This record gives sequence, structure tokens and C-alpha cells, in this order.
Amino acid sequence: MKKEFIITIFTENHIGLLNRVTIVFTRRKVNIESLTVSESALPGISKFTIVINANEEQVVKIVGQIEKQIDVLKAFFHTNEEMIYQEIALYKVRTEELYKSDAIEKMARNAGARILEITKEYTVIEKTGHKEETQALFEELNQFKVMQFIRSGRVAITRDPIERLSEFLKERDAILNQVD
Amino acid sequence: MKQININNYKFLSSPPFGELEGTKTIDMSTKKVAGSEAVILSLLEEGVDTIFGYPGGAIMPVYDSLYDYGQKVKHVLTRHEQGAVHAAEGYAKVTGRAGVCFATSGPGATNLITGIADAMIDSIPLVCITGQVTSPLLGTDAFQESDVVGISMPVTKWNYQVTTPEEIPEAIAQAFYIAQSGRPGPVLLDITKDAQFGELDFEYKKCNKIRSYVPETPVDPFKVEEAAKLIDKSEKPMVLVGQGVIISNAEEEFKTFVEKAGLPVAWTLLGLSAFPTEHRLNVGMLGMHGNYGPNKLTNEADLIIAVGMRFDDRVTGKVSEYATNAKIIHIEIDPSEINKIVKADVPVLGDAKKVLSMLINNIKENYHESWLEEFRRCDVVEVEKVIEKDIQPTKEGLTMGEVVSMASEKSNHEAILVTDVGQQQMVASRYFKFKHSKSNVTSGGLGTMGYALPASMGAQLGAPDRTVVAVIGDGGFQMTIQELGTIWQNKLPVKIIILNNNFLGMVRQWQQLFFEKRYSFTELQNPDFITIAKGFGIDGHKVEKREGLEEGIQKMFAHEGPYLLEVVVEKEDNVFPMVPAGASVSDVILEP
Ligand SMILES: Cc1ncc(C[n+]2csc(CCOP(=O)(O)OP(=O)(O)O)c2C)c(N)n1
Repeated sequence: MKKEFIITIFTENHIGLLNRVTIVFTRRKVNIESLTVSESALPGISKFTIVINANEEQVVKIVGQIEKQIDVLKAFFHTNEEMIYQEIALYKVRTEELYKSDAIEKMARNAGARILEITKEYTVIEKTGHKEETQALFEELNQFKVMQFIRSGRVAITRDPIERLSEFLKERDAILNQVD
Repeated sequence: MKQININNYKFLSSPPFGELEGTKTIDMSTKKVAGSEAVILSLLEEGVDTIFGYPGGAIMPVYDSLYDYGQKVKHVLTRHEQGAVHAAEGYAKVTGRAGVCFATSGPGATNLITGIADAMIDSIPLVCITGQVTSPLLGTDAFQESDVVGISMPVTKWNYQVTTPEEIPEAIAQAFYIAQSGRPGPVLLDITKDAQFGELDFEYKKCNKIRSYVPETPVDPFKVEEAAKLIDKSEKPMVLVGQGVIISNAEEEFKTFVEKAGLPVAWTLLGLSAFPTEHRLNVGMLGMHGNYGPNKLTNEADLIIAVGMRFDDRVTGKVSEYATNAKIIHIEIDPSEINKIVKADVPVLGDAKKVLSMLINNIKENYHESWLEEFRRCDVVEVEKVIEKDIQPTKEGLTMGEVVSMASEKSNHEAILVTDVGQQQMVASRYFKFKHSKSNVTSGGLGTMGYALPASMGAQLGAPDRTVVAVIGDGGFQMTIQELGTIWQNKLPVKIIILNNNFLGMVRQWQQLFFEKRYSFTELQNPDFITIAKGFGIDGHKVEKREGLEEGIQKMFAHEGPYLLEVVVEKEDNVFPMVPAGASVSDVILEP
């Protein structure tokens, strides 16, 4: 059965690696729902967060193929329940609408969103949350014609107390010293 | 300051064929080296003795540096870059070391791609070096610019673009380490022309570690014990030997292992030659055109012990009906292969040599004579229905089987066999016999027609003292026929056998069996191969009748240099046994 999985990949920060990673999905005709790349807690190491819809067997194989790439340190996969995750969304609405009634302000307040910038023409609202939540706010605001809308890729963090990457690197060193 | 005397660099194998030019001593205290020269020096540091390649604009600085090092390294100018890369594969297969090839940017680089893809799927170590346009021009659609790093990404184990001279030694060191360690594979380095022209202080350090890369996992002794328990209690075990045993030089350990427990051994196409053909435990070839016994009995076995093989679909047939009564032990270096196709009950990760040495000490001595007897009973059936007709035919036309089996015999089963793709490949793999490992060179995973002729050149250069026999179809031969020029220029004494059925035989066989004999574009009007060979300065002879076969083969082996033997075989023979596509291995058929 297909469901959402979050794949987390730690890699060296090398040119072209994103391409190598996405090829693994493309080859298996698996669509990437969301992708975020940023520097991890350890300098020089990038962290990919990728969301896909797939069945577990597919994910296991994909993660295996990703880990096999030379510049990939480690790849994990989790179900949504196993992680704390967020996406961020930005909405641009007409400032005029904001002044007409207090509807927009209420919507933002109820959704726990905040207003980032107000100009004469437009107002930018920001909300973090799960996709359904940012989507719900979009639909509400869209009664007043949202001028622009953007949602980020997912960022996610495990429920472990710390990112085990540095420990992982130590273990990796031990393995590398053991085999040769 | 450091002095490098290039006379310190020695050939690893015996001297290559032909005369060499160029000597050079560089004094590192007075001279920086150019990036292009660093390329050559780095290759020498890695012990490279042979390079296959083809020059062009973007790699000219490297070729210019190479001019000075003729006594240290042999460069083989092929007639097409595809020839260079397949030759490098052939070289790697017989030596176990990375094959090296050079090509220029753009079309030179793209011509390598088929061979790189071939090496990727067959786990062959290659270091391919391509020239690239000068770095300020990258991405501008400059003359002969192609994004070879992008193009080759899905078919390389690793690739990298070098844009400064200082990166060259380290990039080459990493390239060799990655290509040759763990599960081997092809790597590509794309070096811009300005990086080749620029200068650096040359210093070389071999690479033996990359933190993001674990070439092999340490063997888990508990898994070994678990595997040993299954082996000890199995009544109908069957070992599947793949190329992993050859790559890890584990042939001796493998033999000890199977002999100790009395295990029947079946081999994959790439595992061929890892285990001697005439060994009493050798029960034959797996897969679509493999032997009857190992296919039929896969579903009777209670234990499959897969060593260094990946359950290719040509081996498994219909996966859901594969090894239905067996537990599976999968000994494998690449974690992503575990459970990829067939679920392993006991996966044992690690290098085959290490795993097998541990396993030998954990298993009990055993024998399985009545089980082996079942394989022999299958052999009797196969001999009667297929093999006899193949190698001792009574019909008028010559068969591929009789040619191959005679060639094997006349070479005392000592030769290196190089095959192309198609019927001739399957027949040769079935009937050629082997006493030594690393003696079978073929394109397995990709099935690349045109592979054999150039691969035979690399095999000959990698094993100059051995007889190399290339068995090629009339179709595949014409895909890389131009390499006859390379063979002649480099005086490579390969023995080429063309099995000419005037058809793209394997495709025709499928058309006959599955497309109602609609022979859509598979018949060939062939040139006079002997005249062509002679035009390239290569002696040859055409055999059309059984009476002339033995003499023809003897003449070929007696001939000093390269030789082309064309044998006209029956036009519409089929290869059997056959596991029809999509069928279960136990539904293997012996005749149409
Ligand atoms: C480059 C390439 N193109 C097409 C094929 C498909 N193909 C597989 S076998 C075969 C026929 C080979 O004919 P030939 O070389 O005459 O050998 P035979 O089967 O007759 O021994 C073809 C066309 C292939 N394997 N490789």
C-alpha cells in the first residue's frame, strides 16, 4: 500500500549530487512530492529531505540505491508518524481586502499565521504547518483572491534527542578502519 | 625538492607488443608539471601499463604529454571510442585491474557511453578520462562541448569534472580507488583543457579511504553461523556462483567450500570460469539458455546459496515461481542487492573471499550424492535431446556447438574466451570449457553487440601469454569491425571466429518461436569477411563444410598473429534449452 515517506539523506556537499540522487527516483518512476536541501548541523555535510508516495518495499530499495552513491554518507526513511515535520507557506493578498473587513486578520490569527509585510498594494502572510493546514488557510484566504502562494519543501526532524550524525561518522570511521 | 625519475616506473605485466618510443626524465626541483603531464604521472603511480584511447582537440594536451612516456605506458589507438572502452573492459576482466581509456570531449566522450553502461551493469572497473572544453566556456555550447558528467551519471559508479590542475592527482587517486574497490565499476573524469594546460606541483598519494563510501561491510560472524546451520541441514542444496567470486579472487576458497559440503555448483553467465568446467560438482549454467538440470531443479532445491550474483531476470525467470521450496542464503558485497529481486533468508554481507573463508570453518563435511544424481539424470536427458545434436551433429550443416567445442578442445581448454551477444554467446558459454578463472569475457547485463572484437584486444593485452579466442556472430562483428585495424597495428594475435548464419540469429530465433516466423529485418547480406580481414592485413580462412573444420581451427591456432576464421553455420538453428521469457525456470524446454 502506498503512503507518504520521508527520506533523509546526509551527503558531502558536492556539485552534481542532487542529480545523482534524483536519478534514483526518476529511474523507478517515483515522483518527488517535496525536496529540501540544506547544510546540516555539521559543516560541509548537506541534508536532503525528500517526501514521496510509495510502498515500503519501494522505499527500502530506493534508499539502498541512494546510499550506494559514493558521496552519500547515510540515508534513512521514516513514516510521517515517526517524525516532526513542517512546511512553510507564504500568501500574498491585497492590502485593500485586509482593510475592508477583519476577516483576513481573523483567518490568520486562527491559523496561527503571522503577517510579514504590509505595503500599500499587498500583504504577505506566513504560516508554518503540515500541508493540509497551509492548504486549508490557502483555501480560506482565496475567497479574497490570493495574489501569490508558495509552499516550501518539507523539513523534518526525528524524535531522537540529537541528530546522530556525528556518532554515525565515528562508527563509519571504525568500519572503514576495520576493512582493508 | 623531490626528484621523479620516471625510469622507476615499471610495467606490471610483461612488455606489451610492438615498439615503444619516448623517454623522459623530469626534475621536480626545477620544473612544475602541466596538468596533462600530471595525468600521465598519476596513471603511472597507479601502475597503469596500457591505455586505450582516441585523441581530439580537448584532450590534446594529455596526448602531447603521453608522447614523452612511450616507454612507460603503452597507448593503443583504437578505431572508435567504443572500441577503446570495450578493450578497457576486456583488459579489466582478465587482469582484475581497472581498464583505462582516453577520449576527447563531445562525440569522443559520448562514444564511450555504451561501454561505460556495459561496465556499470557488469561491475567492471574502468577509469575513463575525457577532455573537456576550457572551463570559461563550460555551458556555452562551445565547439564539441557536451555535458558528459551529466550524460554519464546514471551509468558511472562515480564521475567528476576537474577544472583546475591541482585537483588532478587526487581526482585520479580517488577514481582508481572507487573503480577497483568494493563492487567495482566505471568512473569518469572529465578534465577541462585549461586544467590540462595549467601547472601544479606534482605529488601523488594513493587513496584508500573516502568517508562517505563503504566499499565492503565487515562480515557478521552470526550471519555466517546462521548460513552454516542451513547448509549443514540441507538435503538438496544448490550453489549459484557469480562474478563476485572472480572479482574477489575467491576461487580457491569457493572450491574448498563446495568440496567440503559436497555442494552442486551452477554458474551464471558472468560466473563462468570461476569454477573448473570438469569438476564433478559443476552442474552447469543457469538461466534462459543454461543447462536443463540447474534450471529444472531450482524448484526442487531446499537451499540456494548465492555467491556474488544478483538474481538477474535471465537467471530467475518468473520470480514468483523461482526457488519455491528453498531457503536463500545470499552472499553479497553490495547491500542494495539484498532482497532486490529475491528475498534472502540469510543475507551475508561482505567480500566473498572473507565470507567463504569463515564459512569453510563453520560447515560440516558432507556429501549429497543422491541429489547430485538428479542433476546427472537431467544431464542424460539434455545430452540426448540437445547436446549430442549440437556437438556431434549428423545433419549436413555445421552447428555453432561443434565449432565452439572443437575450438575449446584444440586450445586444450586453456584459452580465454571472448564472446559477443546472441546465439553464439549462449552456445559458446555452454560448450567452451575452462580450467582457469578470469577466462571468460562477455557482455552479460547489457548484452552489447559489438563488444567482443574490441574486448578481445584488451584481453590479449592484459594476458599477453594466453590464447584469446573471440567468438562473434556475423551481425555483432559488423558493429565494431573497424577494430581489425587496431588488432593489426598492434599485432595482437587474437583468434577470431565468426559464426556466420547470415542472420541476426538470436532475434530470428525469437521471431521463429514467438512471432510466427515473421523474419522482420533479421536476414543479413554479408560482405566477404576474409577479404575484409586481408584488407586489414589479417590472415583468414572460411570453412563451409564439416571436413574442413578441424584443419581450419588447427590452422588458426598454429598461426602466429591475429587470424580470422569464418565458419558458415546452419542458418536457422536454435539455442536450447530455453526458459521462455516470463516462464518459471522449471518450465525450461528442450525443444520447440
Ligand atoms: C547493440 C545491440 N543492438 C541490438 C541488440 C539485440 N540483439 C540481441 S542478439 C541479436 C542478434 C545477434 O546476431 P549475430 O551477431 O549475428 O549473432 P547470432 O545471434 O546470430 O549468434 C540482436 C540484434 C543487442 N543485443 N545489442
